[in-house]
Amino acid sequence: MLALLWLIPTLPLAGFLILALAGARLPRPVIAGVGVGSVGLAALVTVLVGAGFISAPPAGEAYTQILWTWLDVGGFRPQIAFYLDPLALVMILVVTFVGFLIHLYSTEYMIDDPGYSRFFAAMNLFVASMLVLVLADNLLLLYLGWEGVGLCSYLLIGFWYTEPANVRAARKAFIVTRVGDTAMAIGLFLLFASLGTLQIQEMMEAASEQWAVGSAPAIAAAALLLGGAVGKSGQLPLQTWLPDAMAGPTPVSALIHAATMVTAGVYLIARTYIIFSLAPTVLTIVAVIGAVTLLMAGFSALVQTDIKRTLAYSTISQIGYMFLALGVGAWTAAIFHFMTHAFFKALLFLAAGVVILALHHEQDMFKMGGLRRQLPVTFWSFLLGAASLAALPLVTAGFYSKDFILYEVFISEGSLWLWLAGIVGAIITAIYAFRMVFLTFFGEANHHLDHRPGLPMKLPLVVLAVLSIIGGFVELPATLGGLHLFSDFMEGAFGPPAETTGPAIRTELLLQIASVIAALGGVYIAYLFYRQRPALAGQLANSTLGRPLHRLWFIGWGFDWLYDRLFVRPYYGLAQANKDDLIDLLPRGIARLNQALYYGLSRTQTGNIRLYALAIALGAVITIGLVVLL
Amino acid sequence: MAGIPVEHGLFLAGILFGLGLIGVLVRRNVIFMLLSIEVMLNAAGLAFIVAGAQWGQVDGQVMFVFILAVAAAEVAVGLAMVLQLYSRFKTLDSDAASQLRG
Repeated sequence: MLALLWLIPTLPLAGFLILALAGARLPRPVIAGVGVGSVGLAALVTVLVGAGFISAPPAGEAYTQILWTWLDVGGFRPQIAFYLDPLALVMILVVTFVGFLIHLYSTEYMIDDPGYSRFFAAMNLFVASMLVLVLADNLLLLYLGWEGVGLCSYLLIGFWYTEPANVRAARKAFIVTRVGDTAMAIGLFLLFASLGTLQIQEMMEAASEQWAVGSAPAIAAAALLLGGAVGKSGQLPLQTWLPDAMAGPTPVSALIHAATMVTAGVYLIARTYIIFSLAPTVLTIVAVIGAVTLLMAGFSALVQTDIKRTLAYSTISQIGYMFLALGVGAWTAAIFHFMTHAFFKALLFLAAGVVILALHHEQDMFKMGGLRRQLPVTFWSFLLGAASLAALPLVTAGFYSKDFILYEVFISEGSLWLWLAGIVGAIITAIYAFRMVFLTFFGEANHHLDHRPGLPMKLPLVVLAVLSIIGGFVELPATLGGLHLFSDFMEGAFGPPAETTGPAIRTELLLQIASVIAALGGVYIAYLFYRQRPALAGQLANSTLGRPLHRLWFIGWGFDWLYDRLFVRPYYGLAQANKDDLIDLLPRGIARLNQALYYGLSRTQTGNIRLYALAIALGAVITIGLVVLL
Repeated sequence: MAGIPVEHGLFLAGILFGLGLIGVLVRRNVIFMLLSIEVMLNAAGLAFIVAGAQWGQVDGQVMFVFILAVAAAEVAVGLAMVLQLYSRFKTLDSDAASQLRG
């Protein structure tokens, strides 16, 4: 069963090849069949492989499938090889399943688009690249997948390329993530130079043998890998590309910019967690980046009017939670939150897509409202997704994963501030989640619906809504029965958890009560501001303190403005100054010199034969004189 | 022959060569320039003869016969060009024929 592993990335890749080569000539049902079918088959194979893996775990809790040697240069021998362990299994399950549902949804969402086959080709290529990324056995193959998803992200953000703004957004996403990728590439060079291999497992062993905790190479390598993770996952300070990435079609936002690709950074850190454990300083930075990002993005999400931008900031904020968990060494909690987040955030995007399509591509939440009765399935699934995002207690998956993170943050040493950031972030999350619900689905209903969702759009909503609820029941805290299916499973990837004498169960209960209060309080605040007394929000936004703050949050804390002044304009200025290419001065100078020589020498060609004779005679005299004298 | 030292012969050849060169440089009339070239050629021939006599070799005289042949050919071509020059420019002034200037 495990031997089928190679099929999982190959199937979407085959789908991509078919669609890219012949897509323009195929009828739409066939395109949809190939696009959805390839990912669906990959999901089926994933289930088979997963069942095989769980029923008969291979030795060492990991299975490696070597396909062929990629290249062999000097001592450098990366292989095309897939490595399946519990971490990779969870990732491929989420990627193929959520990917399949989103592909299914897209068959209806994109039906009128002239670029139907191009869309599915890029989506299939994305799924294939993402699977290569998470299954890669060495960091070079991982980097291939990493750049592959970056490319697909670029192609799909700029999918409607006739609009200049979309192209700008795509370019911005590509360039900003490239900053992080460059750091990561340097990190790979460093790792190879000092450890002699890029094969992840060998590398981890070598690193823990050769590097002391807190030694300089470990810190440098971890910091450089973190650079890549920060860029891909839209964390501070490279988060500016993600809100603009919403220029792409909504299924793209759901798949790439919410569920899978943006969590690649989380995966990278979890995958190389041993290197990060050897660099506690960097780990602290990870936690601080996570905490600050989740707060800043949360505040920005509070004031957005565009439903997709709200969700984008929310994604940045939720990935901030994952980084926070990684930063305190709670690898399992981070991956758990990745999983639940993939379910509910994909759901929210897809439901938002239904609304956007129904309202003639209107994305402003303040122009929506009252859709509760008109789009009941969408309303209920959006509500469940928002509840999971807001971490409503006991029933939602988001509650269990977020609570797990907050608990781990609390018991890690000296992290009261981080925990506080997390709990404040939880309040904000609940507020903006239900702000979306109230603005979109409650209030006056006065819309003529453009498009009512059919089965291909409803089915993914329902499935994801169910997953957003039950997805959390695989890991229950000690206060609620202490079920540890997920963390037991993850032990295969991260080793047994360090024996900590955690706080008494009473403390844990108190922590949970705190997060329950945070979630419910947030929902109440949202209810107060956007349902009961809608004028209040406007008053607050227009107060002396509120207005500049509102403005600041709305533009995402002004990072775009800052980067524009700091990097973009100086760069344009430099390009302007260098328009004639300074490097060209040298070759052009040589040409000038030759020209001057030519004009100078051609002066001597007077046509006067006696002068020539004189020159010959003088030359002869000088030559003979030199021979005689020297 | 033994009475004349070799330096004298070479000195005479040098003076003749110098006179010929000055003639080429200062005269504008093409005919006179050709004459001066003949003087220079004969100076070179004289130098060969003197050197051949010094070493008791026949080579110097052989070279002189060659130079005579070259001089004859040169005069034939040169006079033909003088005729062309005159028919085109109506003058024998070499400075007038400076159309090849750069």
